[in-house]
Amino acid sequence: MALISRGFRGRRQSAETAGRLPPGQYETRDFPVLSAGPTPRVPLTTWNFTLQGADGTTARWTWEEFIALPRQTTTTDIHCVTKWSKFGTVWEGISVDTLLSEAATKGVKSSPYVMARSDGGYATNLPLADVMGGKAWIAFMYDGAPLAPEHGGPARLLVPHLYFWKSAKWVRELRLMESDAPGFWESLGYHNYGDPWREQRYAGDE
Amino acid sequence: MNRVDTPQRIVWRLATVVDVVPETARTRTIVFDVPEWPGHRAGQHVDVRLTSADGYQAERSYSIASPPEDSRLALTVEKLEDGEVSPYLSDDLRAGDQIELRGPIGGYFVWDVSLPGPLLLVAGGSGIVPLMAMLRHRDVALERAGALARHQVPTRLLYSSRKWDEVIYRDELARLAEKDATVEVTHTLTREQSPEWTGFRRRIDRAMLEQVAWPASERPRVFVCGPTPLVESVAGTLVDLGHEPERVKTERFGPTGGSA
Repeated sequence: MALISRGFRGRRQSAETAGRLPPGQYETRDFPVLSAGPTPRVPLTTWNFTLQGADGTTARWTWEEFIALPRQTTTTDIHCVTKWSKFGTVWEGISVDTLLSEAATKGVKSSPYVMARSDGGYATNLPLADVMGGKAWIAFMYDGAPLAPEHGGPARLLVPHLYFWKSAKWVRELRLMESDAPGFWESLGYHNYGDPWREQRYAGDE
Repeated sequence: MNRVDTPQRIVWRLATVVDVVPETARTRTIVFDVPEWPGHRAGQHVDVRLTSADGYQAERSYSIASPPEDSRLALTVEKLEDGEVSPYLSDDLRAGDQIELRGPIGGYFVWDVSLPGPLLLVAGGSGIVPLMAMLRHRDVALERAGALARHQVPTRLLYSSRKWDEVIYRDELARLAEKDATVEVTHTLTREQSPEWTGFRRRIDRAMLEQVAWPASERPRVFVCGPTPLVESVAGTLVDLGHEPERVKTERFGPTGGSA
């Protein structure tokens, strides 16, 4: 039983808001920026995206090739481990399913885990199942406009059912792995999986 | 990198308020006694959880202001007028009250005196708090080590506030710089200055960083904390000036377009 803070009422939430908020989260209308370092800037002429199999086989797209792939638009709530949630965000990008099937035609074999790697050295690990089945995208448009650099542009991973640190900004590569390994925040005390509905913020949270 | 096999859960602890110290009109420091606090590193933060009588809970993160050497844990909280948790911490909480908190959290935006070389701290507003933990830690840890040790971690702080009355830890920063020649504190006041103010009177820009910061060739460790536009601008400019991105660690708060 939690300690009751005498006199604390908190914000009264509508039932709809309360139902959309994972435990410990609050709704924001802003779009806060959380990054561990400077925002990397890579010109689109040198940008490319790589999907690499555990055996080193790769599929690679230039920016032009990448944005010519079949696009999807998704509207979703997002949840940051620093407690804010934002409802109804609109993204456009390429489904990871599309990338995986394109890569399969180039000989990239599936593996149970994936490491997303970004410009600037950031990385985050996920089970492959969590980026398949219409659950993850490489997004390059936000709210109808090109994704701003501080929010991860030119392109970021979008895995909205997990805490947003898993949605790696400035993503450049998905590297498939036979066994799991921790990424950046996962090595620094944050939860390995990060389900907001189970409040898996930090290592050791159940 | 190796997996941590059985991570310890970061448990909620009952913290008792032992002191409340006003800092500025909008900020105050709350000092807690936290039984069995596992210790922390300068730059880390805690999660605070409040529960209302009907069971509703709100959580927020606050940077730790006290150095690891202190037996008590200090948080400096800025009251946000439209905030949910900070008004309670700012107006209602008093000595003897208890709240729940857990931590320490965050293993990247951290510094300790074992890391050699120049240290550059850049703060905007209440972004000073985790940097103050670093300055306090540096002061306490090097107290006995003497001048040579201090010279191995020469430190510069560039601190942007709107006005002089909003400078958090103002007197303590002056004392630190006064007693220790290897700590330099530079203020800039962006919105309001007294007629006798001779310091910077604008937002941090490239020219100011060139003047105040260690040059990139000195390879300082850099920590930048403040509102998003300030941090974006400062971190980007430092990279433009040749600082290695991996030596520039940032912590941002607020939205993209928020005012500094």
